[in-house]
Amino acid sequence: MRKPIDTVMVEQRATSFTRRSIKTESKQQGLRLALSMIDLTTLEGKDSPEKVRSLCHKAITPWECEIEPPLPSVAAVCVYPSLVQVAKRALEGSGVSVASVATGFPSGQYPIAVRLNDVVEAVKSGADEIDMVINRGAFLSGCTEEVADEIAQVRVACGKSHLKIILETGELETLENVRIASDLAIRAAASTGPINDGEVFIKTSTGKVSPAATMPVTLVMLEAIRDYYEETGVRIGMKPAGGIKTAKQALHYLVMVKETLGDDWLTPNLFRFGASSLTNDVLRQIRKQQTGSYAATYDFSEA
Amino acid sequence: MATTNKNQNTAKWEYSPALESTKVTIESKSKLFIGGKFVSPKSRSWFATVNPATEAKLADVACAGKADVEAAVKAAKTALPKWSRLSGTERAKYLYRVARRIQERAREFAILETIDGGKPIKESRDIDIPLAAQHFFYYAGWADKLAYAFPGSTPAPVGVCAQIIPWNFPLLMAAWKLAPALACGNTCILKPAETTSLTALRLGEVFQEVGLPEGVVNILTGEGDTGRLLAQHNAVNKVAFTGSTEVGKLLMRETAGTGKKLTLELGGKSANILFADAAIDQAVEGIVAGIYFNQGHVCCAGSRLFVEEPILEEVIYKLKQRLGTLRVGDPLDKNTDLGAINSRSQLKVVEGYIRSGVKEGAQLHQLTTKRLPSKGFWCNPCFFTDVQPSHTIAREEIFGPVLSVMTFRTPEEAISRANNSPYGLAAGVWTDKGAKIFEVAKKLDAGIVWCNTYNKFDASSPFGGFKESGFGREGGMHGLRPYVRLGGV
Amino acid sequence: MSRLTIAKTYKMYIGGKFVRTESGRSIVVENTKGEIAAHTCHGSRKDFRGAVESASNAFTSWSGITGYLRGQILYRMAEMLEGRREEFAAAILTTQKITPAKAKKEVDASVDCLVRFAGWTDKYHQVLGCSNAVASDYYNFTVPQPQGVVAVIAPPAPSLLGLVALLGAPLCTGNTIVAVGSDLNPVPTAILGEICQTSDIPAGVINLITGKQSELFEQIASHRQVAGIYSAALSKKNRILVEASSADSLKRVRFNTFSDEDWYDGDTVASPWNIEPFVEMKTIWHPSAC
Repeated sequence: MRKPIDTVMVEQRATSFTRRSIKTESKQQGLRLALSMIDLTTLEGKDSPEKVRSLCHKAITPWECEIEPPLPSVAAVCVYPSLVQVAKRALEGSGVSVASVATGFPSGQYPIAVRLNDVVEAVKSGADEIDMVINRGAFLSGCTEEVADEIAQVRVACGKSHLKIILETGELETLENVRIASDLAIRAAASTGPINDGEVFIKTSTGKVSPAATMPVTLVMLEAIRDYYEETGVRIGMKPAGGIKTAKQALHYLVMVKETLGDDWLTPNLFRFGASSLTNDVLRQIRKQQTGSYAATYDFSEA
Repeated sequence: MATTNKNQNTAKWEYSPALESTKVTIESKSKLFIGGKFVSPKSRSWFATVNPATEAKLADVACAGKADVEAAVKAAKTALPKWSRLSGTERAKYLYRVARRIQERAREFAILETIDGGKPIKESRDIDIPLAAQHFFYYAGWADKLAYAFPGSTPAPVGVCAQIIPWNFPLLMAAWKLAPALACGNTCILKPAETTSLTALRLGEVFQEVGLPEGVVNILTGEGDTGRLLAQHNAVNKVAFTGSTEVGKLLMRETAGTGKKLTLELGGKSANILFADAAIDQAVEGIVAGIYFNQGHVCCAGSRLFVEEPILEEVIYKLKQRLGTLRVGDPLDKNTDLGAINSRSQLKVVEGYIRSGVKEGAQLHQLTTKRLPSKGFWCNPCFFTDVQPSHTIAREEIFGPVLSVMTFRTPEEAISRANNSPYGLAAGVWTDKGAKIFEVAKKLDAGIVWCNTYNKFDASSPFGGFKESGFGREGGMHGLRPYVRLGGV
Repeated sequence: MSRLTIAKTYKMYIGGKFVRTESGRSIVVENTKGEIAAHTCHGSRKDFRGAVESASNAFTSWSGITGYLRGQILYRMAEMLEGRREEFAAAILTTQKITPAKAKKEVDASVDCLVRFAGWTDKYHQVLGCSNAVASDYYNFTVPQPQGVVAVIAPPAPSLLGLVALLGAPLCTGNTIVAVGSDLNPVPTAILGEICQTSDIPAGVINLITGKQSELFEQIASHRQVAGIYSAALSKKNRILVEASSADSLKRVRFNTFSDEDWYDGDTVASPWNIEPFVEMKTIWHPSAC
């Protein structure tokens, strides 16, 4: 069902979160929280096992240093299906999850059988989490039932692996479409069976389309999650991805989550950042808080 | 497998205090600004101004008496011929400089406004001060274009203007009054509200800095009597007042038949109409902005909410949720959403209305803030449901963070209930349907109709009310009208 | 044998009907020779209240019709007046010692004045309203709209032109009118009702009262349903009285001082700046975004 969205007011509300001033202890705690929510991501054609192993190392120990309390690991490493096994091995026993994009990421322009097989293979290789893309072509042409049906099939194919549903909001363009797609994705996922907290996420973007995650888009998705929770008591997770590069931005998102969904969602189980360069900026800020001086970019390993 | 991160942080994430730390110096005795100089009051009378968030005294403020009013009017009258004959472009240049200096001293103004009035620093920093600067910038540009604003006539200045302003937006109201008056070639005597004199006086410093000719603006602090003496003065040609409807009516009686031009921007009990087909999450934002902005000390506050019956439950749920995220406390904390009530007397008024709402049978939903400062004037924001149109809280202007929620079934009912008030300042309409929004907007008796938004202000946008909310407009091209006499009409 | 002429007793025009005053009082109108020329109603406060009621009831429809239609109705009023120029000139000459040429000139000017106001009905918005370039993502515009019932206190003279010029300004925007005609010569006021009735002016839109103005000032100014007052040629004492009593409901009060020459200058009396006091400026904000 269509829900009217007023873009200007959404933008104003989103901006209001950026006006919160996060200082001292709150900042320190927020930065650690943000770090623990990162899906450290590499999704390049040139990705190598070596690069993924190095990324996994960074995921487990973001910064080699003595710091009290110790820094958290990030939430997950996100790779293409062909590198899932590499990541799985590297992360074994660390508590860091392996997330795999699938369903013909990023375009999804493949027959449904191919997309489902993509999921099955990734799960078989050990992916704890599947980041799928929705069929934007079908959505924009009004075939919402087709979109929902495919999401349901993908969830079934995921088995016990968690599902993140990428709406690719940059292609949906309007906030109303974002809201419709959010509601549709949540309901489609729920149609295949009960959802425990954190088993299903909705996610903004592949990172391959501009604009990727923005605060207004994320706010509209958070509101869809909030309304679904109010209706059913089920907590859906949220993952903005792409474009979140600085610690400051990450804190703004956390403020938005806190004030829209409440403290319950401030956990990696229900909120993630799909990002790569964010990690080092968060580390930089943490270091600044610890030592009082700013780090150089080369002080941290590349992600 | 769910993520079981080894170091998952389980402590609740709260915002640490984020106090605006810049210090602003305030002289212990704040004088009158007459003829371009700060002078001690001939009345030798002073009164204390306090920080409503701490009850600490900030300064002694001069209380202008009859002789001081006389001196200020004389200074304004003396300055008038030269100022009004100055070319528009030259007048404009002074006003542009004022705008620039306000921008450059914005932080100081913001802090002072917050300390003296109790409003959150977030609002004084992001709204009051930038808008005050915008007003001077906007009207500066009109000074040499007045002929285009009044086709078919020749606009001339009115003369000496007495401008009496309220305590809810002290610097902004000063800008609303002074900028158009000066652009049109008038000279002014500004009378700030008793509890909030400090930023207006600092504006006097700005006038000195930009070299505004002496006497073009004079600032008389004082109590109600000062304003009355000013309005009654024979040499005053124009009285502009923002404040209560009661005082507005008094001023109209006192200036009756004198030929003094009068503009009044008075009270309101503005309605916010929420249709079921609206963007509800954004509407809730607008409702919250409409009533809790500036602790509800806003003449156009959307204090009556009419909700289309089928969505009442959803709206109340969302309103409660949103109310729960509001932060009441130290106005200097950058994360504060609602600061202190402006004065002890206003706090008593607001509390009295909340009691009356409960007593008359409405249901109160109020934020409970755990740690409010022990001193200062505080009121947790609230809303009432089960409100009858006859309830006191649904009829009278409260001027505090108190919302009355009522329902309606048809557009006609919504319009007639919204219009069923002697006031007519502002209104809000929320619906996704264009045709409906313009039809309702047309039929509402209100000088400002916010469609799918609320409490937006801009120097280029006229502001002012219908009916007993006063007459005359401030802002925009229409804001020039009160400050010109039109020849050939 | 000379025939006894019938001295007409004029009624007032209220709510689209010709009515006698409820008070039963009348005023003897003497001609310039001191003879009884006519009788007119000596309207009472109660008549005024009734007229406000009629005007108030007529407001929604009069302000709701299109400007184009309102313009045609006012133009029709001008046409009807044009057709009865002689009669009005004679009415003016009943009590006023002016030349027939001057009386004719006054009627002609009254017709022209109505034509001017007829033209304003669908244009005043464009001259008095505007769109505003706010510094945010909103479409913002200001539109004038009528206020409601406007009371007109006509000057003693010119008895027809003064009335027409004062009621035309608030009328053309959609306000409804209760006018109290000239004390000096009530006859043109009385017969203007006939013009109203025959020119498609809906009942209640124009209400015309004759009588002694000074008896009614207090009532006019204190009546809370009256939104505005338009007058010219009031004494300072009466201006104080009217304005002070208007304070209770914060009426929009406009005192003009037109010279004899001004009355005949259409640019002056039908200036948009005489229309402006009886419209309210409404500023509408709407977000502008996809």
